[in-house]
Amino acid sequence: MKLHPILAALRKHKAGTVLIALQIALTLAIVCNAVFIIGQRIQRVHRPTGLDEGNLFLVSQQWVGAPSADSADGVEKLDAMQREDLAALRQLPDVVSVAPINSVPLLNSSWTGSVSLKPGAEIGDKTGTRTAYYFTDEQVFPALGLKLVAGRAFNAGDVQHQGFRDNRPRPVAIITKALADKLYPKGHAVGQVMYSDGSSAPTTIVGVVERMQIPSSSSFGSSFVWNSTLIPTRLDANFARYAVRTRPGQLDAVMHAVTPLLYKVNPLRVLDDDSVRPFSDIRAKAYRADVGMAVLMGVICLILIAVTAAGIVGLTSFWVGQRHKQIGVRRALGARKVDILHYFQIENLLIAGAGVVLGVLLALGLNLWLMSHYEMTRIPLPYVLAGVLAMLAIGQAAVFVPARRASNVPPVEATRSV
Amino acid sequence: MFGYYLDLALRSLKRNKALTALMVLAIALGIGASMTTLTVLHVLSGDPLPGRSGEIYYPQVDPQDVRGMYPGKEPPMQLTLIDGMNLLHAKRADRQALMTGGEVPVQPAQSALDPFYVPARYTTADFFAMFGTPFLYGHGWNAADDEAKAREVVISRELDRKLYGGANSVGRTLRMAGTTFRIVGVLDRWQPNPHFYDLDTGSYASGEQVFLPLQTMMDLHLNREGSTDCWGNGGGGTGTILPADTCVWLQLWVQLDNPVKVAAYRQFLVHYSEEQKALGRFQRAPNVRLRNVMQWLDHNGVVPDDVRLQTWLAFGFLVVCLVNTVGLMLAKFMRRAGELGVRRALGASRRALFAQLLVESGVIGLVGGFGGLLLALSGLWLVRQRSSGYAALAHLDPSMLLTTFVLALCATVLAGLLPAWRACQIAPALQLKSN
Repeated sequence: MKLHPILAALRKHKAGTVLIALQIALTLAIVCNAVFIIGQRIQRVHRPTGLDEGNLFLVSQQWVGAPSADSADGVEKLDAMQREDLAALRQLPDVVSVAPINSVPLLNSSWTGSVSLKPGAEIGDKTGTRTAYYFTDEQVFPALGLKLVAGRAFNAGDVQHQGFRDNRPRPVAIITKALADKLYPKGHAVGQVMYSDGSSAPTTIVGVVERMQIPSSSSFGSSFVWNSTLIPTRLDANFARYAVRTRPGQLDAVMHAVTPLLYKVNPLRVLDDDSVRPFSDIRAKAYRADVGMAVLMGVICLILIAVTAAGIVGLTSFWVGQRHKQIGVRRALGARKVDILHYFQIENLLIAGAGVVLGVLLALGLNLWLMSHYEMTRIPLPYVLAGVLAMLAIGQAAVFVPARRASNVPPVEATRSV
Repeated sequence: MFGYYLDLALRSLKRNKALTALMVLAIALGIGASMTTLTVLHVLSGDPLPGRSGEIYYPQVDPQDVRGMYPGKEPPMQLTLIDGMNLLHAKRADRQALMTGGEVPVQPAQSALDPFYVPARYTTADFFAMFGTPFLYGHGWNAADDEAKAREVVISRELDRKLYGGANSVGRTLRMAGTTFRIVGVLDRWQPNPHFYDLDTGSYASGEQVFLPLQTMMDLHLNREGSTDCWGNGGGGTGTILPADTCVWLQLWVQLDNPVKVAAYRQFLVHYSEEQKALGRFQRAPNVRLRNVMQWLDHNGVVPDDVRLQTWLAFGFLVVCLVNTVGLMLAKFMRRAGELGVRRALGASRRALFAQLLVESGVIGLVGGFGGLLLALSGLWLVRQRSSGYAALAHLDPSMLLTTFVLALCATVLAGLLPAWRACQIAPALQLKSN
C-alpha cells in the first residue's frame, strides 16, 4: 500500500494527528519513567538483609526503676538483669538462639560511625568508611542466621559489657564482606586491624560475614547499606533489645510466650504491643513508603494507558464516521475489506511512530530532569524500547475496533447521498 | 443566550454518550490525581505555627574541632548541653526554650490499665508561651521549677482522657518511670505539623503526650531519643546515660519579634562563639546560623522527595488527560461543521459560535471537576489508610476545594479553546454546499 494517500489525508487533520501523537509521546515518557521507578523500588524492597528473616523476632523492653548506668555498680546490676533475661529466653522451647543487640537491619534506629585503617581518624575524614555498629554477643550468628565467609565467629571470651554511652576499646570485631572489601580490597581482612570511630586503639578483624544490612533504610544510609560492623559487647542501660530465632513454624507460639516469661523474671518493666515484633513486621514498616509509591505509580500508569487507548479509539471512530462516504467510494472502486483495515492500521502506526520518537526524547529528558532533582539513575535502554513496543502495540489494539467497523462499510454507501 | 447555549451543549453531549463519558472521566481522573497529591504537598509544606513562625528562630553555633572544617560548612544541627544551657541562661531573646525528646513509661494508678509508653518532650518553662500552646486546664511550669528540677508535668488532652476520662486533672499525681509527678497543666489539642522543633523524632505528627522540665529528665536519667552527633572522642563521657560534652543533642528555640532583635541576637551568637574560643572551648572561627521556622524547615528539606515526585507525576497525568480531551473535542466540533455552517449562514457571528462551543466544554469541565473532587476525596481517604507519619493529616481544606474547581474549569475551558477556535474558522458556504 502506498503511504501517499494516508499522508495526504492526515494533512487534512493536522490538529487531531498532532494531538494524538503528543498524547502518545507524553504517555510514553511518563510510563517509561514510572515503570523504571517501580522497578527500582521493587528491587530495593526485595533485597535480602542477610538474616534468617522468617524465623526471627525482636523484643524491645524497658525496665522501670532500674539502677542508673552512671556508676560501675549500676552497670553491673543492669548487666546481671540483662543476662537473667537472656538465660530465661534461651530456656524457652523451640528457641534456636537469642542474642542481645542494639538494633537490627531495617529497624531505623542506628549507631553509626566510621572505621579507618589509620588511628585517630575522624568521621567525615576521607580515610574513614561509614559503618553501622551492632553491639551483641557470641550468639549473634545462630540468633540472626548470619553466614560467616572467613575467619571465626565470636566466642564467649570475646564478649564484654559496658554502659550504653561508654566508649571502651573494641579489641575484636566482625565486619561484612562489603566493608572488608572496601578496607582491604585484596581480600585478606581477617587478622588485620582497623580503628573504629577515630579511636587510637586497634580493633582486630576476626571474621567476615557474607551479608548484613544496616538498620537505616532511608536515604541517609544509602551510601553504606552493606557496611555493618559487629562488636561483641552487651550494652547496659535501662532498656534492652533481644533478637530471638525460633525453629521453623514456631514463631507465633514463642512470641506469645515471651511477654509473660519476661514479666515473671522481673515484673518491674514495661512491655507494650510493639515490644515483641516479628522481623516481617519490621521489614514491612521500613519499606511501606516504597511499596506505596510503587502501587501508586502502577495505578497511574494503567489509567494513563487506558485513557490514551480510549482517546485513540474515540478519535479514530470519529474519522471513520467522517469518511464513511469516501470509504464507500474506495470499496466501490475495488478496494477489499482488508485494504480499508490496513489503511487505518497504517495510519495509526504512522501517528504512533511519530509519537514514540518524540516520546523517547521526552522520556530521556524527563529522566535527566529527575536525575538532577531526585535520587535517580539513568534509565536503561531496554525500559525505553519496551515502552516503545508497548505503545505501538496499544495503538494497534486501540485502532482495531474502529478500523474493522470501517472495513465493514458496504460499497453501496458510495451511491447514497446524505 | 447562555441558557440556549447550555441547552445546545446538553443536547450535543447527550447525542454521543460514550464519548462524553470518556471526556468527563479523563478530566475527573486527571483532576482527582493531581488534587490528591497537591493536597498532600500542601499539608506537608504548611506553616506549623501560623502567625508566629516568623518570630521564632533556631540558633546554631559550632563547637567542633578544627579538623574537617572548611569555609561555608554548616554548624551542627543541634547544641551541646553546655552551649544550650549558656544560651538559655543568657536570656538574650524575648523567650527561649531548650529541649529534647524521649519516651517515658506511664504507670497508671488504676489497676485496670497496664503500664504504657508515651512520647515525651523535655523542655524549659518558656516552651508553652513561646509556641502558644493552648491549655485546657492549668498552665506550664516556671523558670524556678526548671532550676529546682521540679517533678511537674504537663500532659496532653489524649492522656488526660485516657487516664482521667477528660476531667480536670491539675493537681493530681502521675507515676512515670518509677517517679511521682504532679500534673500542673493539661494541653488542648496541639499538634504542629511539620513537627518543626525536633525533626529527628519524626517530621510529622509525633505528638508528645507529656512535657516535663529538661533538668528533671537529666536528674532522673529518663530515656532520651533523637539524634546525637559526636566528634573527637565523643560518644564517651564518664559512663553517663547523657551524651558527652562533645556531642550535640539539644534544640534551642528563641523568640525575636523584630529585625533589630534578630540582628542583635546573631551578633550575640558571634560574640558568644568568640568568647568560647578565647576560653579554649571552641576551636573554630565563629560559625553561627539563625533561621526562622520556615527557613529551618526549608533548609532541612522536610517535605519527602516521594511526595514531590508524586505531585509532578500527577500533573503529567493531568496534562495527558487534557491533551486527550482536546483531541476528542476537536474531532467532535469538527464533525459538527455542517450544523455550525447552518448557524453561521443564518446569521450567528463567530463570537456567538465560539461562546456556544466554550459553554459545551465548560459543562464537561464542571462535571469532570465534580467527579475529580469525588476521586480526590477517595484518594485522600486511601492516603489516610496508609500509616506513614504524615498520612493522617491528608484532608481537603476549603482553599484546596476551591482550587480543585478552579483548576478543573480552567483546564477544560483552556482545552476547549483550540477546538472551538478551529470550528469557528469554517466557511459557511462550503459546508452548506457539500450538504
